[in-house]
Amino acid sequence: MSYFSIILGMILVNNYVLAQFLGICPFLGVSKKLDSSVGMGVAVIFVMVLATAVTWPVQLLLDSFGIGYLQTIVFILVIASLVQFVEMALKKFIPSLHKALGVFLPLITTNCAVLGVCITNIDEGYNYIQALVNSFGAGVGFLLAMVIFSGMRKKIDDNPAVPKAFQGSPIVLVTAALLSLAFMGFGGLV
Amino acid sequence: MEKKASKLAILTKGIIKENPNLVLLLGTCPTLATTSSALNGAGMGVSAMAVLICSNIVISLLAKIIPDKVRIPCYIVVIAGFVTVVQFVLQAFVPTLYDSLGLFIPLIVVNCIILGRAEMFASKNGVVDSALDGIGMGIGFTLSLTVMGAVRELIGAGTIFGFALPWMSEHPMMIIALAPGGFFIYACAIAAINFFTKGKGVKGSFGCQGCAMASICQQEKCLAELEKGVEA
Repeated sequence: MSYFSIILGMILVNNYVLAQFLGICPFLGVSKKLDSSVGMGVAVIFVMVLATAVTWPVQLLLDSFGIGYLQTIVFILVIASLVQFVEMALKKFIPSLHKALGVFLPLITTNCAVLGVCITNIDEGYNYIQALVNSFGAGVGFLLAMVIFSGMRKKIDDNPAVPKAFQGSPIVLVTAALLSLAFMGFGGLV
Repeated sequence: MEKKASKLAILTKGIIKENPNLVLLLGTCPTLATTSSALNGAGMGVSAMAVLICSNIVISLLAKIIPDKVRIPCYIVVIAGFVTVVQFVLQAFVPTLYDSLGLFIPLIVVNCIILGRAEMFASKNGVVDSALDGIGMGIGFTLSLTVMGAVRELIGAGTIFGFALPWMSEHPMMIIALAPGGFFIYACAIAAINFFTKGKGVKGSFGCQGCAMASICQQEKCLAELEKGVEA
């Protein structure tokens, strides 16, 4: 499978948020403002690629000992400690980047999209480069969905025309349904 | 007598009054992803319930031994262990369900409900109370997933638990069983609760407040900075 079709597929066709329901919490929780949704999206791309870069070799190590079934436990621990470590490293060495992304890093530690992409890379049998490309595509897809969604929420949130029972969380979900419907149009592209 | 009533209250509060995914709005990902049919929803609910009860019991037993600073990683290891057990059990006895839930079985580890109950309830209460809390929350989660799955299956495919209904199965609305329908049916369920309780029923919100990790991610600072937007 070519790298281009992996990226395009992850961004548009199998978008993590809108088609596969991974990472819904930050998608609904942090998409109120455009700048915070961009920050969250960039942080997710960063962590996804980093987590894949570490967990893919870890799986090789597990398989070589014949304990591949420990995947879930090992991956979540590796990701959680990695994110903590990266946060500390950024704070010390690149404070400007820490200021922009630091807030979001702890939120991503137990995000299902990050663990999901690591497990998918193993299940699909991707090689190392393909796995990294796949994670990058998944992150970009997340960023794209976040940015579009924050634009839509600006118009719809707190709009008095919304029926009373639908105000608040339900209308946010209906908006997400419409966006997901639009993304279904990309089906069959790859 | 009074003690017995409080045990009953712990058991029942998770089912309706503090239903984890319809009232507290936790565990959104599995709620949306696994309710494409009633059977999938029920399977996911029961798997999560098994993990929830076991992890609640173990964590309430270990709460005094685990140092406060590393408690979250410890909870995650306990939960991940039970998830692996559930994974093996499903793979061995119900392989079709294992295939259709797929990725979402290992992802029970990062389900906010389970870590949230460990942090908020099991670490502060006794074994029996924690087990009851796990059972109650688990039943509430299973019940709402099954009902949502049944509604989506009924409209989307015209079947219920796999049995075809006469008129409905000839006129299915496929879209409800697909991704957009998941968001829409969930929205309708919350709106219905809002409508019947006049806006007082739904306690949670989609934000940092609802997240199980809130207590460890320097909540106030984090929330304040997100509210402001990041002006770096």
